[in-house]
Amino acid sequence: MSEPSARFAVTLDGEEVMVSSGQTIAAALIASGRTAWRTTRVDQRPRGVFCGIGVCFDCLVTLNGQRSVRACLVTAAPGDDIRSEGGPGGADGAD
Amino acid sequence: MAPTEHPVDLAVIGAGPAGLAASVTAADAGLSVLLLDMAERIGGQYWRHLADEAEEDGAGSHHHGWARFVKLRARINAHVRGGRIIHRASQTVWSLERAGSVCVVHAIGGERVRLPYSARARAVIVATGAHDRQLPFPGWTLPGVMAGGGAQSLLKGSGVAPGRRAVVAGTGPFLLPVADTLLAAGVDVVEIVEPNAPWRMLGRPGATVAGVGKLPEAVGYGTRLRRHHVTVSTGHAVIAAHGRERLRSVIVARVDAAWRVVPGSEREVACDLLTVGYGFTPQIELALAAGCATAVGSDGSLVVGTDPAGRTSVSGIYAAGETTGVGGADLALIEGELCGAAVIEDLRRGARGAANRRGRRAPRARRRLLEARRRSLLAFAAGVNGVFSIQPGWEEWLEAETIICRCEEVPYARVRGALDDLGSGDARTVKLLARPGMGLCQGRICGAAVARLAASRRAAAAPAGGGSAELAVGPDPGQEDLIALSRRPLGSPVPLRHLAAFATPTPPATNRGRPDDGAPNPAPGTDAGTVAGTDDRAADRADNRAADRADNRAV
Repeated sequence: MSEPSARFAVTLDGEEVMVSSGQTIAAALIASGRTAWRTTRVDQRPRGVFCGIGVCFDCLVTLNGQRSVRACLVTAAPGDDIRSEGGPGGADGAD
Repeated sequence: MAPTEHPVDLAVIGAGPAGLAASVTAADAGLSVLLLDMAERIGGQYWRHLADEAEEDGAGSHHHGWARFVKLRARINAHVRGGRIIHRASQTVWSLERAGSVCVVHAIGGERVRLPYSARARAVIVATGAHDRQLPFPGWTLPGVMAGGGAQSLLKGSGVAPGRRAVVAGTGPFLLPVADTLLAAGVDVVEIVEPNAPWRMLGRPGATVAGVGKLPEAVGYGTRLRRHHVTVSTGHAVIAAHGRERLRSVIVARVDAAWRVVPGSEREVACDLLTVGYGFTPQIELALAAGCATAVGSDGSLVVGTDPAGRTSVSGIYAAGETTGVGGADLALIEGELCGAAVIEDLRRGARGAANRRGRRAPRARRRLLEARRRSLLAFAAGVNGVFSIQPGWEEWLEAETIICRCEEVPYARVRGALDDLGSGDARTVKLLARPGMGLCQGRICGAAVARLAASRRAAAAPAGGGSAELAVGPDPGQEDLIALSRRPLGSPVPLRHLAAFATPTPPATNRGRPDDGAPNPAPGTDAGTVAGTDDRAADRADNRAADRADNRAV
């Protein structure tokens, strides 16, 4: 597998995450050691990547203010402001 | 947001093997082709690749059939440069309909920006492929448990391994490439767990002939699995995943032929990644919404019904590849080419005057060869699907609190309550009463399982031999159960502002009809009914930044 060269920073809830050029947001978060970044509405359980191909909507994030973005579909760009979604009192992917 | 562009001859939805083969076939004959795909790069799930994998280098050599993709991509690119193919990437198509003599597709362009995009075409090929088919089990919602296709996508598309120590579970030949991709990335694959008995393939004469071509690939996998000392446990299943905030271990158990756990055979295997997939589910909602007739494929999935050339029951709409039945990339390439040829022929028949100016018809000998290859590969696929079928014992792995629908967090107890206490006789009623399949994924992930739960409950309640092909009495779901969780008037959640743009004369589709039509919940504070009433002026207010911020994904 070829090694992507350029590295740049994005943030997840304000915390810096280093990304290799070409990685999706989901891949970059997983590469940083994270496995979950959304909390479910009913049981407040952690979720991350499940289907990995844009089908299941488990990996949703808020990206630069855009709600409910499938992290597995979007290639990360320098400076992306990524926010986790859901949690107690918070909004889930549906709104 | 009515499409104003001049209609293209052919719109192809999906840029995997079938869509690419269809596109080049049609473009070679002089048709104008619009190729729409959800991903940023062509290739589909099968040929997903890194952004920097250059045109002709060997970087993609870990892909099967990579040389074929490089050739196909070169032909696509040549047609893109020549203007015959327009490739629009990152398009999620959410609506396909026949409108008079043309077909209309509506899409959301770009997950990042979400611009509405619409197009008209004289013909449309639905080549939207398939996704991993899942069976719920205790712990399957834990982070670290993911679809086999999801793990492959992270590795092939981004070069990221989603774990260090993996168990690969599910059923079917796809377990092997998943394990192989993980091994190539340095992941310690400790075990492959397959409840079925792959050697039963040997007893299927029809399957064996076509399967000979697959032998080198299978031998390659076997060699690498042995070199890495991967344990392959057939007749076993992963029946539970453990961990608090993330996966720590799985429970592997011996199962009988019906997938019932052999008591006392359970053992715990430590891992931080579990990939699962019990075959594939074709993504057919666009064809379904357009009114195309369906059938049940040899793997028990709902598929688009077509003739051998990919014509559906709706004039002008075609389907190719996994949408017509799961059979692999070789079959998809052939079906794509046959489907492209059928479009050429049909458009010509429809407009004889213009047709003479176009390229030559596909040579008959070529078509005969493709049709023969297709029959042979279909026989092989049917053999594979028969051996790697889902058995009813999996339901015994479930516990009362096991989540069935990941989106709406519906536990097994609630589904069983709808089936047993409330007397739901079919998947559609279960969906209405217990709400599995009503969330954002619209039943894509839990649909196959819910249909099976409904069918098996009906089988238990009814005398043997009853039922009909539609509402089958037996462990396997019939068409009605599958359709109930597959019907999605909107092929994807759509921002309300996009729907608002369709205010006149009638919105293309809302959930004003049957309340169970596969549409997920309207978000709190939104009402699908208001979509229909929104007028153009409201939608056109460019300064409506608040609405953009809210960007509610409706219905």
